[in-house]
Amino acid sequence: MELILACTAGIVLGAGVYAMLKDSLVQIVVGIILLGYGANLMVFLSGGLSLGKPAFVSGNSEQITNGISDPIPQALVLTAIVIGFGITAFILVLFHRANLVVGSNSAQDYLSGDNKD
Amino acid sequence: MLIILTILTPFIFAIISLLLRGYRTAQRSIAVLATLSTLIVSVFLIIEVDKTGIIVLHSGGWVAPFGISLVADRLSAILVLVSSFVAFFVSIYAWKEIGNDLINRHFTPLCLFLLMGVLGAYLTGDLFNLYVWFEVLLVSSFILLVLGSERTQLRGSLKYVVLNLLSSTLFLIGAGLLYGKVGTLNMAHIAHQLNQSNQPELVSSSGMLLLVAFGLKAGVFPLFFWLPGSYATPKSSISALFAGLLTKVGVYAIIRTLTLILEPSLNHFQGVLIFVAITTMIFGVIGAVAQTKISNILSFHIISQVGYILAGVSIMTVSSLAAAIYYLVHHIVVKANLFLIAGIVKYKFGTDHIIKTGGLLKAYPIIGLTFFVSAFSLAGLPPLSGFWAKLGILQASLKNEHWLLSFTVVLVGIFTLISMLKIWLGTFWSSASSETKPNESVIKIPVQMWLPCLFLALCTVSIGLFGNVLFEYSEQAAIDLLNPTKYIESVLGGQK
Repeated sequence: MELILACTAGIVLGAGVYAMLKDSLVQIVVGIILLGYGANLMVFLSGGLSLGKPAFVSGNSEQITNGISDPIPQALVLTAIVIGFGITAFILVLFHRANLVVGSNSAQDYLSGDNKD
Repeated sequence: MLIILTILTPFIFAIISLLLRGYRTAQRSIAVLATLSTLIVSVFLIIEVDKTGIIVLHSGGWVAPFGISLVADRLSAILVLVSSFVAFFVSIYAWKEIGNDLINRHFTPLCLFLLMGVLGAYLTGDLFNLYVWFEVLLVSSFILLVLGSERTQLRGSLKYVVLNLLSSTLFLIGAGLLYGKVGTLNMAHIAHQLNQSNQPELVSSSGMLLLVAFGLKAGVFPLFFWLPGSYATPKSSISALFAGLLTKVGVYAIIRTLTLILEPSLNHFQGVLIFVAITTMIFGVIGAVAQTKISNILSFHIISQVGYILAGVSIMTVSSLAAAIYYLVHHIVVKANLFLIAGIVKYKFGTDHIIKTGGLLKAYPIIGLTFFVSAFSLAGLPPLSGFWAKLGILQASLKNEHWLLSFTVVLVGIFTLISMLKIWLGTFWSSASSETKPNESVIKIPVQMWLPCLFLALCTVSIGLFGNVLFEYSEQAAIDLLNPTKYIESVLGGQK
């Protein structure tokens, strides 16, 4: 299971980088979103996967001997998802605004004339 | 208590100014008041830290490594002090420079959130918390960068936003993998675990991800391409704030990562770091020589200066690290001031093209003088602060026999002098040429604009003249950084 998820994370990250290198602003946004998902998946995996084990136990030692799952990576991923959501919203607004000003969806048009003024 | 107060002060004032939307004078006063209170708190913080060495706050009463700890050691304290110091003067400067439209678009709260993010990043002792602070300051900087939505600003922002998000992603992956390996995110605890481990090199891969992420934020070679295009475009108050505070957070994070996480395996890649420092210096200064606008020249110089600091950091001896910390302090003050003066030039001439400006020294001798002091301090003329900073780096690299690095330090210093001379001769010394079209309506530069510049220039002079106080402090900070045992013990307390 770990192997499958690790490969998935790799594929998602690769797809994210690929989309980010495209000319279209929309695809760049998609790339950033995919990169965020890939990163979240990796953080989630880093704590190790466990099935059916509680994250929180009361002081009962019987439960602890069965092992517990690590809640920290889940907390981290949750934080990262929230931050990523806010950032995505901001980028969409920014690129929409850029689209209105430049009148094009292409990053090339957007950056051309970088040194003119 | 002091630590959390440092972060809370800008936050509380930001909330107040969000509530007072539309009251423009109130907004401006809040900015000054907030930065002044932050400055006062950080003065208390540095006095306390200098007395006791390290202050630790376990937030929520959760003792490290289980809770998030806020840690102020000497390096954090001095950076907090200089950052809030610069922010205070920028807020006075912004009183006149920032128009009513930008004030109405939440300029004040954004600046305060940015300041809070920067201070939080300096004061946290937890790797993931550092990520969160980075996001706080990044989001504020994204919005500040495009405030006003001019075409050039939007253009500069594309690279800035995309590349900084990429670096945040790398940071997140690095932190996650590091957690998987050592099972903790508290930086002191990570260092402790690695000291106990017999294979501390195994975290190098995660450490490298962190270094690349921070390097991108600090603007080192080959990751600096986003910087010149974006720093030169917004209003000068915002540029000055960015130039003074943002890249330095990246440098600070590099110092922390190197001393706490990568220290055991440093000899594997020290050569790479020194190479990166050399190329950063050279590419920054070459880029600056080719530019014709003052703000663009200054933006490229940020890169070469970061190269100097990185050189001091990568040699990793007490004297080199002390020189790097001294350099960091000097650089924050001088760079912010130069951007503010570029703003005055823009205010007077409507542009900061060197060719289209001139005769500023004769018209405004005080502004000419402040530029002279700051620019030649940046270039490293004695007895200004930049000279001692560069001398420290040079001595450290000579002592450790990095000949190429020493040569680059001298060479880049000369090129810096040339490009500063270019601005000085073109904009200040020369008489106004036919191409110059000064804004005739501007006869007097407002006192809110030139007074902060004058104070920052005086500060530069005094850092140079009374440099030994700061240098001793930096040396002590460097000793603390290179012997992390004290840091670890203060954070983790008795139990490990």
